[in-house]
Amino acid sequence: MIPVSYYLALSAILFTTGMFGVLIRRNALVVFMSIELMLNAANLSLVAFSRLYQTFHGQIFVFFIMAVAAAEVAVGLALIVTIFRSKQSIDLDQMNSLKG
Amino acid sequence: MTLELFLFFTLALIALVTAGGMVFSKSAVYAALNLVTNFLSVAILYLLLDAPFIALAQVTVYAGAIMVLFLFVIMLLGVETLRAEFDWKKIWLQAVLALALLVEGFVMLFQRMGQAANLPFNTASVLTNPSEMAKVLFTDYLLPFELTSILLLVAMIGAIVLTKQVKKRSL
Amino acid sequence: MENTAGLFFYLVPLIVFAPLAGMLINMFLGPKLGEKGVGLVASLASGTAFLTAVLQAISLGQHPEGAVVRLADWIHIGQLAVDWAFRVDTLSVTMMLVVSGVGTLIHIYAIGYMHEDVRFKNDLPRYPRFFVFLNFFIIAMLTLVSGNSYMMLFVGWEGVGLASFLLIGFWYDMDTLGRPSLANANAAKKAFITNRVGDFGFLMAAFMMFWKFGSTDFDLVFAKVAEVAAHEPWVILWITIFFLVGVAGKSAQIPLYIWLPDAMAGPTPVSALIHAATMVTAGVYLITRSYPIYSLSHDAQYIVATVGAVTGLFAATIAVGQYDLKKVLAYSTISQLGFMVAGVGMGAYVAGMFHLMTHAFFKALLFLSAGSVILGMERGHHHLPHGDHHEVFDPGDMRNMGGLRKTMPVTFWLYIIGTLALMGLPPFAGFFSKDEILLDASLHFPHVYWILTAAAFLTAFYMGRQIWMVFFGEARHAAAAHAEESPLVMTAPLMVLAALSIFGGFLNFPGLHQFGGWLAHTLGEVETPEFSLVVAGVSTLLALAAIGLSWWLYGRNPLQVGQIDPLKKPLGLLFTGMENKWFVDEGYQLVVIQPYKALAKFLAQTVDWDFWHEWFHDSVIAKGFVGFTRFLADPIDLGLIDRVSYWLSDLVSASSAALGKLQNGFVRSYALSIVVGVVAILGYLLLNAK
Repeated sequence: MIPVSYYLALSAILFTTGMFGVLIRRNALVVFMSIELMLNAANLSLVAFSRLYQTFHGQIFVFFIMAVAAAEVAVGLALIVTIFRSKQSIDLDQMNSLKG
Repeated sequence: MTLELFLFFTLALIALVTAGGMVFSKSAVYAALNLVTNFLSVAILYLLLDAPFIALAQVTVYAGAIMVLFLFVIMLLGVETLRAEFDWKKIWLQAVLALALLVEGFVMLFQRMGQAANLPFNTASVLTNPSEMAKVLFTDYLLPFELTSILLLVAMIGAIVLTKQVKKRSL
Repeated sequence: MENTAGLFFYLVPLIVFAPLAGMLINMFLGPKLGEKGVGLVASLASGTAFLTAVLQAISLGQHPEGAVVRLADWIHIGQLAVDWAFRVDTLSVTMMLVVSGVGTLIHIYAIGYMHEDVRFKNDLPRYPRFFVFLNFFIIAMLTLVSGNSYMMLFVGWEGVGLASFLLIGFWYDMDTLGRPSLANANAAKKAFITNRVGDFGFLMAAFMMFWKFGSTDFDLVFAKVAEVAAHEPWVILWITIFFLVGVAGKSAQIPLYIWLPDAMAGPTPVSALIHAATMVTAGVYLITRSYPIYSLSHDAQYIVATVGAVTGLFAATIAVGQYDLKKVLAYSTISQLGFMVAGVGMGAYVAGMFHLMTHAFFKALLFLSAGSVILGMERGHHHLPHGDHHEVFDPGDMRNMGGLRKTMPVTFWLYIIGTLALMGLPPFAGFFSKDEILLDASLHFPHVYWILTAAAFLTAFYMGRQIWMVFFGEARHAAAAHAEESPLVMTAPLMVLAALSIFGGFLNFPGLHQFGGWLAHTLGEVETPEFSLVVAGVSTLLALAAIGLSWWLYGRNPLQVGQIDPLKKPLGLLFTGMENKWFVDEGYQLVVIQPYKALAKFLAQTVDWDFWHEWFHDSVIAKGFVGFTRFLADPIDLGLIDRVSYWLSDLVSASSAALGKLQNGFVRSYALSIVVGVVAILGYLLLNAK
């Protein structure tokens, strides 16, 4: 049998990759995708723990995360569309209106 | 090497390669396709972990709905690529940080968890039956489930409101 | 009926509250009531007080031990507890009767007197104020005599002082003829300030009393006095001496008598009521009230009696040389007060109180009659042809009078009765009371007897001189020739007083001593010496001799206009002294007032201004302060505090500029910092947390 640590290690690598993507990409859509990848990595470790401890709670948590992710994607993409309409760009380095 | 182990490593390899492909691909469309592949491989890993419901939900929600949405937006905006996306010489700090985080995670995983990390899964699993999961979901987690519906509704309305074009008034 | 008689005691607060009501009514409604209304209200208020006093006397007839009626708490601080309580006993009721009785008569008299006075001075609105003050005096005086403790007595003591001040200065902005002048105001100030010296003595005595006896209540003090006297005799001596200072102030004894002659600046009813009949006897009352203390110190009795006797003679000599009608009576009052003080000082309390009472009758009569004479003179002056009005004319100067027995017959006869009573001729009231004092003096203090006898001789002489100068001979001024008699409202009270002056002496007829028995309920068993024909005969003969001498000098050859006093030639310098009051005022001016002014000037100019303001404030405080502030400002504030705060502000602005760069608005850099934080925290946990 596969030890749980294999899954967790995979989850960690995927998470770090997603994070690295968030940090280096300027395209808002790709950044968004990287965030999804990070969520997915977290889901993987939750399911692995669920399997380890033989309980449904982990899976149910993943289920809720998926629902929230769906909502987040819907709103996030809507925001990107709106920003694009006003700025004609989705380059994050051109968006610094938050600067104090 | 058992079949299961072989399967895991194959899927893990696919997942890692597609993840890296997504992060480093210049085109947003390629990134999206890489991500879909990644999600699918993870879905199969869920099956390996005795979570058929989650695996199917992964396929339908992530690989299906969410990624289609991404592709729609990419096409709608026509922003497949960006000029000078990133410079390899300027991302050493990010790389160091990512590496540090990974090392920390591994230290935690293999040093702190100790024995638990190496626990083998039980062979006999009670998790494979989705109807059992449904019982838990609709009893213990009924209220969060219902609230999720409200959340989705709000997200939908929000998305509509945000993307709605403000029409110029004409006399 | 004994019980019902005793009930009158509970009416005693009325003696204060009835005049209070009168005062308030006149104060607020006076201008609307009209002169008759104001006078009626004031007289009724005073009359109610008199009626209350009479009721007290009736109750005392049944219950001679008296009563203490407690009205309210006044002061309760620690050990000191003073109630507002009324003391009803034979002594206080005697005083109440005299004060309210004579007071009421004078109120009635003042209705007529002030009616004309305000017209001569052309200031009608001031009429109600006079009666407000007069009622206020009655309140204060009755508080004085009815108080159950030295503190309550002091309240009245100060109250009468204030009333006296207000009434002496009643015409504070004009003189007798209505010309602008500050003389009356100055006289009022003199009276007030001199009394203040006496009040200091009273207060010292009261403080000592509280210190040594723990109370100022009469009963509590008297209960302890024997014990204290046995262990600490000096306490008794000092209390009595300090009280004597108070008495000298209020009752015009040497050396504080100087205010009383000037107090005659007040309207004549005031002179009669306050400065002859009642207020000035407060000191005599105080000593009588304090008899348990005085009886224990022979030294104190000796001092008091001597002071009284010397005052009696000294004032009498001055009275001989005066020309002002009221001044003569003023010095006569001082002299008679000396008799009383000498009497109570010797322990002859009954005699002193008796003389106080008869003196109140006949001196009030004399003053009021004098007022009548003066008003008559003013009426005469008023009727003169117009041109004469601007000359300097003093209606009170006896040298302007003469022959008034024809123009003012009623006043003349009343004046004669008062004079005979004052001279001490039998059977008038003064004879009995003065004789008792002389009798006691002859038994206990022979030197006092000789001094007082001399004073009595002079009394008869200066009164005779006055009668001859005022009422006999020919008018020396047109005003005297045209003088007019006073109305009935003024003469009627005088007739009552005249009756009292004639028959008042029988109250304590030798051998019967009703008055002594009455007072004995309060004062304990009093010594009643046998009537001595020698003493009485000597004083009567001396009085007759003095009358004869005065006739020889003034009656035989009436004074002519511009003629100098016939006494001047035989007495020479002595008479100059009498005329000028022995230069006592000038002496005070030289010994007390001028050094005081010099001291005040020294303190004000040299000490306060030159030293304190100019030098100390400018040099020490101001310059020191400036130096200190410069030190604080330059090295400390600019050098240290400012530099530190500038450094801090530079630090803050530099660090904020540096930190501001972090907030660049780029979401990726924010994400980077989050990751840095995550890595750092995770690393910390891994390294440190086991």
